[in-house]
Amino acid sequence: MIEWLRLFGEQTLAATARLGRGHMFLLRVLLGLPGLLRRPGLVINQIYATGVLSLLIIAVSGLFVGMVLGLQGYNTLVSFGAEQSLGVLVALSLTRELGPVVSALLFSGRAGSALTAEIGLMKATEQLSGMEMMAVDPERRIVAPRLLGGMIALPLLAAIFTLVGVFGGYFVGTVLLGVDSGAFWSQMQAQVSFTEDVVNGVIKSLVFGFVVTWTAVFEGVDCTPTSEGVSRATTRTVVHSSLAVLGLDFILTALMFD
Amino acid sequence: MATDTGGRTNDCVVEIENLHFSRGTRQIFAGVNISIRRGEVAAIMGPSGTGKTTLLRLIGGQLRPDAGRIRIDGVDVHTLKRRALYQLRKRMGMLFQSGALFTHLNCFENVAFPLREHTRLSQALIRHLVLIKLEAVGLRGAHALYPAELSGGMARRVALARALALDPMVVMYDEPFSGQDPISMGILVRLIRLLNDALGLTSIVVSHDVAETAEIADRVHVISAGKVVESGSPQALRASSSEWVQQFLNALPDGPVPFHYPGPSLEEDLLGHRGAGAAL
Amino acid sequence: MQNSRLLETGVGLFVLLGLGALLILALKVSNISAFQQTQGYDVIAQFQNIGGLKVRAPVTLAGVPVGRVENIAVDPKTFEARVVLTISDKYANLPQDTSASIYTAGLLGEQYIGLQPGGMDEVLKPGDEIMLTQSAVVLEQLIGQFLYSTAAGTSKSNTDGGQEP
Repeated sequence: MIEWLRLFGEQTLAATARLGRGHMFLLRVLLGLPGLLRRPGLVINQIYATGVLSLLIIAVSGLFVGMVLGLQGYNTLVSFGAEQSLGVLVALSLTRELGPVVSALLFSGRAGSALTAEIGLMKATEQLSGMEMMAVDPERRIVAPRLLGGMIALPLLAAIFTLVGVFGGYFVGTVLLGVDSGAFWSQMQAQVSFTEDVVNGVIKSLVFGFVVTWTAVFEGVDCTPTSEGVSRATTRTVVHSSLAVLGLDFILTALMFD
Repeated sequence: MATDTGGRTNDCVVEIENLHFSRGTRQIFAGVNISIRRGEVAAIMGPSGTGKTTLLRLIGGQLRPDAGRIRIDGVDVHTLKRRALYQLRKRMGMLFQSGALFTHLNCFENVAFPLREHTRLSQALIRHLVLIKLEAVGLRGAHALYPAELSGGMARRVALARALALDPMVVMYDEPFSGQDPISMGILVRLIRLLNDALGLTSIVVSHDVAETAEIADRVHVISAGKVVESGSPQALRASSSEWVQQFLNALPDGPVPFHYPGPSLEEDLLGHRGAGAAL
Repeated sequence: MQNSRLLETGVGLFVLLGLGALLILALKVSNISAFQQTQGYDVIAQFQNIGGLKVRAPVTLAGVPVGRVENIAVDPKTFEARVVLTISDKYANLPQDTSASIYTAGLLGEQYIGLQPGGMDEVLKPGDEIMLTQSAVVLEQLIGQFLYSTAAGTSKSNTDGGQEP
């Protein structure tokens, strides 16, 4: 029992220390962001690695999520005779929730894990140390562009996800199930607000992009520099950032759509 | 501090005074004193696990000592602000044991990396400089290869070219000879001495390869149990009366450094039930 | 540096695609176009009961959307609902005796305001109040009235209309 308590205390202290390290690390990286203005090429490379390479999985997932929404929404709405509102249902679920959240989850699996593994391996092979000895700060040269790139890439990916999803729902609803296409769009436009729904969705995905990328780069820099350590850090990135996204989503939703 | 940067510094590039460092509860250095003169090749030797790599990291300012001072060219490394420390590091080159080449860049770009980061030279000039450095280590022909395509010895030579890219004042070598075949070892031994003399560097070689290190070093500092046991020229060291130095230099399996890792006696371990393996 | 040019182009396309998606979301999926339309003039209408009317509900004239509900509040003096309507500048010539009613689109649909133009020559000016209004039909009241009148009808036939004023 005492042993168990001791272990619990130790774990709690370790977790608190990690939290502190993570924030101090973030502060140092944020201080390095202004320097990127002179090196936009570094950020562009990272947008390519995190954004462009995630495009396919995001677009395909968006399409299927939208199609499923169309199908499920139709089946429910048709029993109230309200299938004309299908567009509203699809668009609202996508802009408010599914677009930002699902694309953030996919992003953490596709791009976040890759970031952690890349940085972790650089640490394990002393590349980060070597860079430091060449008088190049890895937090500015390696981490800062990745953080910024992720924050730019995710909102764009989420917008693409949402749009593809709306068209997926449109395809299922109007082409396959016979909802009137005019009603689909007009009801959608009447009910979906730009400032409340679209903009809030973009704000959400900005926050998620920041949190997921921050988790990923921190886990990479903080990992134990062995192959086992890197693999654990990669797992932790996906688990922690997914949980953070879902938890933050609840908080943001409560703040935005009261 | 500014007052004592005068006369002595002309002589010594690296001065380590009363260095203490511990990791967790393990004391690694307990009062190390080493001074390295300008232009010499200094070897720091000792058995594995004596913290030789740690010493290089302390010199490079990546770690902070518990007590004591390290001065490079008269400047106390650990009182420097971040920016000044980075300025100082530009004048230091370090060759890591693994080479630490950037795996996503080819040899040319690896060597060009410090130049691109710290200078605003034209592409053409960078190309010249990089090819000269690669030529110096004999790998100009391999400039388009990626680190994964290089042998261990070649990777270390590319890393050496990279460490020299900014024409440093001090170059530190972390175990440059370990795991090398005789030919690439011979090349590296020759290169270290040659480059040191040709470029007017000061070299610090950390190694446990006695023969190779003794061949090129001007002075050897032997570290054991957190202290410098013996300092002097390789010849002076061979004549040392220290039992410990003799064991190390002549590679005797048992002596002051025991063959057995400290632990309970064999009888206790085999007969008792609280020995090795019980935890499994 | 052929390779980096390719990469830059890829990133450029990606950014364009993302911003394009946002633009379409703004224009086609949400009501940003309706937003610009609400640049118009405000008139006030008081209702006894607005039912389920919401801010941003459409204001129609002969079924054509001409504006939006801008604000809903309770008038502190009359205790009636005070609804601010924003009507597009294109329809600046509504007569002053225009009346406003709250309707429901379909049986369960959203509620909106329908305008019926009157016959006066003077037109509604910004800040004017619409005098003739008709409140929302609340389903419970409707059913209640219906039940009451049926009950009244049966009791009348029973008592042979003796107590009728």
